[in-house]
Amino acid sequence: MANGLRGLPDSFLRVLVVFLVLIVAVIVIGGALPTEFKDHSRHVQATIAREAALPIRFAGSTECGTCHDEARLKQIGYHRNLSCETCHGAAKAHTENPVEVKPAAPRKRESCATCHHFDPSRPTGFAQINPVMHFPRQACISCHDPHQAQPPSVPEECSACHAEIARTKAVSPHALLECTECHTVPAEHKVAPRITRASIPTERGFCGKCHDKDTATLQPPKIDINTHGEKYLCWQCHYPHMPEVR
Amino acid sequence: MKRRLFISRLLGIVLGLLGPLSGRLRGSPAGNAATPKRFGMGIQIDKCIGCGRCVDACKEENAVPQEPFYFRTWIERYSVKADGDTIVQNIDERITPPREVEVDRDVLRSFFVPKLCNQCENPPCVQVCPVGATFATPEGIVLVDDKRCIGCRYCIQACPYGARYLHPVKKTADKCTFCYHRVTKGMLPACVEVCPTQARVFGDLSSTASPLTRFRRMNKTAVLKPHLNTEPRVYYSDLDGEVR
Repeated sequence: MANGLRGLPDSFLRVLVVFLVLIVAVIVIGGALPTEFKDHSRHVQATIAREAALPIRFAGSTECGTCHDEARLKQIGYHRNLSCETCHGAAKAHTENPVEVKPAAPRKRESCATCHHFDPSRPTGFAQINPVMHFPRQACISCHDPHQAQPPSVPEECSACHAEIARTKAVSPHALLECTECHTVPAEHKVAPRITRASIPTERGFCGKCHDKDTATLQPPKIDINTHGEKYLCWQCHYPHMPEVR
Repeated sequence: MKRRLFISRLLGIVLGLLGPLSGRLRGSPAGNAATPKRFGMGIQIDKCIGCGRCVDACKEENAVPQEPFYFRTWIERYSVKADGDTIVQNIDERITPPREVEVDRDVLRSFFVPKLCNQCENPPCVQVCPVGATFATPEGIVLVDDKRCIGCRYCIQACPYGARYLHPVKKTADKCTFCYHRVTKGMLPACVEVCPTQARVFGDLSSTASPLTRFRRMNKTAVLKPHLNTEPRVYYSDLDGEVR
């Protein structure tokens, strides 16, 4: 064996040594190393432990009521479902050291406007104002108590939430009609707007009170309520809030 | 005498092999007994007012860099125009100045869509990671091991929802963890905690009493890009067909 190898060229022997080392290395890593050296689950467990141990900054909505009565008072207003930390910011540090660390108490108009400035992309029915027009330079909390946010009072009763409709209606032929002329609004609608809804006309005769050709009023466009539009309700084709009412 | 030795050695080997094996058998049912929670999120688009408080809370809770373009969760404004165009904008004030209060008459409909990691059942980001740094926990939450991650950005490319970004300080991939450190302690993710209109719902998919199960029972829901078979665990209700 040794004699046979000696006959081979030196370069071949060197390559052979390298290959032998590699083969031994593969065998040692593959077979002899303990499994936990190669086990992926250890890294997974370490990462999970590291993630789970990250610091918490928001204390959670249930935490505040243990000390603060306001958290319970808040339950009657519109803001009843809000977490305290939505407005007051992360308060975990405050729960751990209530005396020295105080959470933010936002008093500026901008902090209310974050949610309540008018934006056409916001769902209709959400309370919105134009910060430029709506009592400029006055603190919101001088009129509104955010802990007992109440339904708005007349005359901004409907437009406070239905701003986009109010804006288009103001330049439409129906501008002079009150919202309640066509919509019956149950009192509960102001408290739970998504659960109790305002009514919309359910029969053609309602629009016909002004628009039928036999009515005495002069101004509005007239149609024959019995034939025009066949089986559809008027507002299924015409949108009465729009300037064009088409 | 030789035979006796052989039999006793054979017995020893068999017992030695059975020992760890039986331990494994006893171990496995105990592991399955406590079914792990399967976390998911529901998002009701009709309730989102685009205030961005979830984005701010997420950045604070998870120490996400405050600079623009680093988001674990973000809000998009969809504006569908009459000519069929759809404009999508990240509404974060660090990127987009607040919109004027004027109503654009060209826009047919407009709404906000909160986005975050979908915590897919079949996550493409996990498949492509060359070093196995990202994985799904038993709860179905996809995490990144930032000590293994080499910052190659392959997962950022692979995510069909654009939910990952490269952390500018750590130089590793970073993403929403459903606030893993909170939800494993029974708390809500920070974005769900602060959402003023309850547009976000969080819960355990395997529990019949969780708020998320109720949300999925009461609403017609859809997931983003279902054709990719990633099986997301973020369920949207009132999802417009234009949302990508």
